Amino acid sequence: MRILLVGNPNVGKSALFSRLTGTHIIASNYPGTTVEFTKGYLKLGDERAELIDVPGSYTLEPTSKAEEVAVDMLNEGDLIINVVDATNLERNLNLTLQLLERQTPVIVALNMWDDTRHRGISINVAKLEEILGVPVVPTAGITGQGIGELVRRLPEAKLSQNACTFSSSDERWAKVGDIVSQVQSLSHRHHRWYESLEDASSHRLGGIVIALLVLFATFWFVRFVGEGIINYVAGPLFDLLWTPLLMKLSLALGSGGFWHDVLIGKLIGGEIDYFQSFGLLSTGLYIPLAAVLPYIIAFYLVLGILEDIGYLPRLAVLMDTIMHRLGLHGYAIIPTILGFGCNVPGIMATRILESRKQRFIAATLISIGVPCAALQAMIIGLVGQQGLGYVAVVYGSLFISWVIIGLILNRIVKGFNPELLVEIPPYRLPPWRVIGEKLWLRVSGFIKEALPIVLGTVLVVNILYNLGAFDAIANVAAPVLTGLWGLPKETITALVIGFLRKDVAMGMLAPLALTAKQLVISSTVLAMFFPCVATFVILARELGVRDLFKAVVIMLTAALIIGSLQNLIL
Amino acid sequence: MAMHQNEQLNLAEMKTGQTGTVVGVLGGHGLIQRLDALGIRPGRKVTKISSTLFRGPVMLRVNNTQVAVGFGMARRIIVEADKYLPRTS
Repeated sequence: MRILLVGNPNVGKSALFSRLTGTHIIASNYPGTTVEFTKGYLKLGDERAELIDVPGSYTLEPTSKAEEVAVDMLNEGDLIINVVDATNLERNLNLTLQLLERQTPVIVALNMWDDTRHRGISINVAKLEEILGVPVVPTAGITGQGIGELVRRLPEAKLSQNACTFSSSDERWAKVGDIVSQVQSLSHRHHRWYESLEDASSHRLGGIVIALLVLFATFWFVRFVGEGIINYVAGPLFDLLWTPLLMKLSLALGSGGFWHDVLIGKLIGGEIDYFQSFGLLSTGLYIPLAAVLPYIIAFYLVLGILEDIGYLPRLAVLMDTIMHRLGLHGYAIIPTILGFGCNVPGIMATRILESRKQRFIAATLISIGVPCAALQAMIIGLVGQQGLGYVAVVYGSLFISWVIIGLILNRIVKGFNPELLVEIPPYRLPPWRVIGEKLWLRVSGFIKEALPIVLGTVLVVNILYNLGAFDAIANVAAPVLTGLWGLPKETITALVIGFLRKDVAMGMLAPLALTAKQLVISSTVLAMFFPCVATFVILARELGVRDLFKAVVIMLTAALIIGSLQNLIL
Repeated sequence: MAMHQNEQLNLAEMKTGQTGTVVGVLGGHGLIQRLDALGIRPGRKVTKISSTLFRGPVMLRVNNTQVAVGFGMARRIIVEADKYLPRTS
């Protein structure tokens, strides 16, 4: 049996899903997280039912790619759990009535039930159930209230006897109004302290001040937590526990030779240097686990909190005017921010944008100007040794390219750029359980996906070195590298490996003894010139091969120009 | 009865804090449908919460929901403003 969880965006659908299945999934407070649907399993007596979290939608007449997916999925379910926001009955019931017109049994979960009281809303559940003609169960996804009852009553889900087909949207809304007036009564609402914050961040100047504070706090927090974990946990663990073991192994292998170089790498002054040795067990483990993972944890913790308190849509509103110049609208800031974690989910999230032009520009800009957390961690680690000013030059160059390329693409890419239209959900206190689950999911996802690729990449690097393949490539690429970018021809190895993993590629720059200027240029070029293989595959899937080709040409051109400019100016 | 005729204006022209009733949306089927799904439709009361600098989006409240609407879109939403009641302190 297949059960579908259907509802408007921002109704706590994903939190409910996590409660129902008990597994870990991503739940967020802004429309569009569920662009790739999530599937889980639910025990119903002896049967195991499949539960699918359908992307949030306001209507069954789709207006974006994400909503189209939602409607398509409806045809494949045996039962629909319609999640309704009890604090917003009117808008939600519009979708409910559309669902009741269909030939699939429905049960309604009246979610956010815990929120109704302080908002002064009371709903006559029995009456609502009678009018709709399907079971209605009050629930609270965040606390778990009503979940048991919902599961118990699932078998009661049915086709409504009272359903009617409306000839127009006007008629349906009239019916909704009629229902609401019968079941809902409003009384005095109590303001909560964070509702004043809502007013402040909607204010035209207050909003900008708050956004700057949030941005500053985010950078500070990510660096503080990331560096803290490296200096006090990951670093000491490697130095005190792992290094002695590796040194013993190194001795056993005779301090040299093929296997020694592959597993442990080159000893630098008789010692293991985790950035330069480049063995599978030294650099191959150190980069993902000690250099990158701490920043991944810090970044996704902040992102999870910002998502779930409902801040991001407000940022979208503030950014709207700027983003319009780039051929996008404010909502494109959300895929962009996701891209700072990893470009892959960022590019997937461009589906929430309405037009093909927007999706092309957003995806291209992410792969050019938005370095992923793994690459950033290595940039901060390596370029940061030369001084934070140089890190700022890298970020500044990427940002300027992002803006300029956006301005240009807006003019030359055909198509239209629809305007922002987005619900601003109320601020909610962070649901720590959901945030914790999501953090765990993203961090373990990183380890599972990145660790094997990093190890594989380090292995490939070692083999290519041994075969002398890099020398051949280096000689071919020398004119561009030294002529335009002022880099030693050996940096080509890093750029080539950047196609596999950009963090490993940054690591390969470490032994080259580059000057600060060369480090800045090579890391900027590495970030821009070509997507890593995972991003490449997603770009091909989301844009199609033709547009992927265009995007790649833009990337190569941009990297060529920016790298040369840096070489001239710095 | 010109005296009772309320002022018609678009959402972008409304003052912050002002409430009015939507009388129409000047736009194609797609726009009307997208706004309709969010409950922004003729006959509905909306309150303008704020606007953003440089012709940025307009924030409004419709029922219990806050919605941000792009500036150009806001200009296509025609509202009949409620009479401003002069405040007596």
